[in-house]
Amino acid sequence: MTAHLDGNVLGGELGELFTAEITAATGRCASCGTVSAIAQTRVYTQAPGMVARCPSCGEVMLRLARASGRAWLDLRGITCLELAVPTGA
Amino acid sequence: MGIVSRGFSGRRRPGAENLPPGQYLVTDFPVLSAGPTPRVDLAKWEFRVTTETGQAHTWDWAAFLALPSEQITVDLHCVTKWSKLRTPWRGVPVETLLAEVKTGAGFALARSYGGYTTNLPVADLLGGQAWVAYEYDGAALAAEHGGPARLLVPHLYLWKSAKWVTGIDLLTNDQPGFWESLGYHNYGDPWREQRYWGD
Amino acid sequence: MAGTAILGRLTWRAGTVCSVRDETATARTIALSIPGWPGHRAGQHVDVRLTAPDGYSAQRSYSIASAPDGDRVELTVQRLPDGEVSQYLTEELAVDDPLELRGPIGGWFVWEPQPAPVLLVAGGSGVVPLMAMIRTREATGTGAAFRLVYSVRTPGDVLYATELAERQHGDNGFQLAYVYTRAVPAGWPVPPGRIGARVLAEPGWAPDRCPAVFVCGPTGFVEATADLLVSAGHDPATIKTERFGPSGGQQ
Repeated sequence: MTAHLDGNVLGGELGELFTAEITAATGRCASCGTVSAIAQTRVYTQAPGMVARCPSCGEVMLRLARASGRAWLDLRGITCLELAVPTGA
Repeated sequence: MGIVSRGFSGRRRPGAENLPPGQYLVTDFPVLSAGPTPRVDLAKWEFRVTTETGQAHTWDWAAFLALPSEQITVDLHCVTKWSKLRTPWRGVPVETLLAEVKTGAGFALARSYGGYTTNLPVADLLGGQAWVAYEYDGAALAAEHGGPARLLVPHLYLWKSAKWVTGIDLLTNDQPGFWESLGYHNYGDPWREQRYWGD
Repeated sequence: MAGTAILGRLTWRAGTVCSVRDETATARTIALSIPGWPGHRAGQHVDVRLTAPDGYSAQRSYSIASAPDGDRVELTVQRLPDGEVSQYLTEELAVDDPLELRGPIGGWFVWEPQPAPVLLVAGGSGVVPLMAMIRTREATGTGAAFRLVYSVRTPGDVLYATELAERQHGDNGFQLAYVYTRAVPAGWPVPPGRIGARVLAEPGWAPDRCPAVFVCGPTGFVEATADLLVSAGHDPATIKTERFGPSGGQQ
C-alpha cells in the first residue's frame, strides 16, 4: 500500500536512537518553509526505509533506514528541529 | 534475534526454490514506495538519456512504444527480503536507448517522476541485463508497480529497478541515489547479499 | 509521575500475556504484565515484534488501550483479513506467552490530564488510544468535559460498547455519539452514512470553546474529519491526529 501514515509511527525507531522525543519536535521544511510537528509529517513505511514528507509541499523532510546494529538518519529536508527541553529538577 | 513467538510463521510460502541468501518467496506482488504514486499523463511522458557531455536524446510515449521490445520472464529480489519468481514483462532493452547517444561514461543515474533516483554502472545496463518495462503480465504496467514505465534490472536488488522512470543520466563520476545515500549498498547484488554499506 | 519521568532510549523488552478478552467477533484485548514498565501516557502506543523460529520477523504498532496501571498494559487488536500479525495476536497468542514490544512511544498524540474540554473522533479501531484517554480521565478524577464521536461500519464493530454505555449514563461530563457507515441499529433515526459536520458541531463543542481535538483512524477518515473540523472553524493547532493503516492497524 502506498497510502501514507503520519510521523507518530517514527516514534519507535527514533526512540531507540534518541532520548528526546522527536515526534513531538517541530521542524521547518527545507523546501517550502512550513513548520510541522514531526508527528504531522506524511510517512511512507512500505519501503526499504521510512520516508517522512512535508504535509504541505510533499518534499522529503526526514529519512531513516535500519539494519542490524546500524541506523542511517537523513535530516537534510529539515532546516532545524525545535525540541521542548524539560526545565527544573 | 528477538524472542521466538510460539506458533508464528508469518505469511511466507515454503518453497524449494533456489533463492538468494536471506530471501523468502511470495506469490502476491508487494507494493513499496518512498512517496505518493505519481500520476503521469502519457501526453506529457518523456524518457531522456543525457550524456556526460550534455548530449541528450528524448522519446515521447509514441516514439518509445515504436521501439523494438522484448517479452522477458525474470525473478525479482527486494532488499526487504521478498522474492517473486518468473515475473512476465515487456520492455525495451536499455542498450537500445543508450545506442542513440555517444558516451564514454561509466556510471548512470536513473531518475523517476516524483524525485526518486538510483545509480548503477553503465555496464549493468547493457548486455541484456536491463529494460525499460511498460507491460506486466500482458497488460499495461499499473501505476502502483511503476507504470507507465519502470526500469527493470533483475540481477540487482529491486530498488535499482526504478519505478516511474523518466530518464538516465550518464556520468563520469558515480552519484549515489535515493537509497544508496542512506545506507544501502552502492551495487546491490542479491546473490552476494549486498544490502547495506560495507556488506 | 509517569509523564515527567526521564526515559532512556527505547529498547525491545518482553511482556507476558496475563489475560485475553474478546471485544467483538474480530477484535481482542490483550492484557500484558511488563516488568519494569515505566508507565505511559494516554495516546501512546507500543511496537510489537513477532519472530519465527527461522528468524523471520514482523512488526506492527498498537495503541495502548488502558490508563496507566503499574506494570500492566492493555492492547486492543483488530484482526485484519490478511494481517499476519493481527491474526496471530487475536487467534494464536495465549495466556502466559511472552510478547516482545518496544514502548511507550509518542510525545505528540497524548492527552495530559487537565480540565480543558476534549473532543475525540474515532474511526474504527482508532478508538483505542482515545479509550486510553477516557480511562485516564476517569482514573485521575479529571473533571474535563469529554465528547467521543465514534464512527464504525456496523453496531457489531463497536469496541468497548458496554463500558462506553456505562460512562455515558453514569457521567454527565462524558458525551458519546455513534456514526454508522454501513448498517445502523434497529430504530436508528438516520440511514448509514459517513461522518459529517453536524455530529462534530454539537452545541457546547463549537470552535469558540476551544476544545483540544484528537482524531484517530484510517488515513482517509482522519483527513476527511480534520478537513471538516478546520472548515467548521477549529484552529488547526488544536487538532491532533493519528493515522492507522488503510485497513485499520498501524502497518
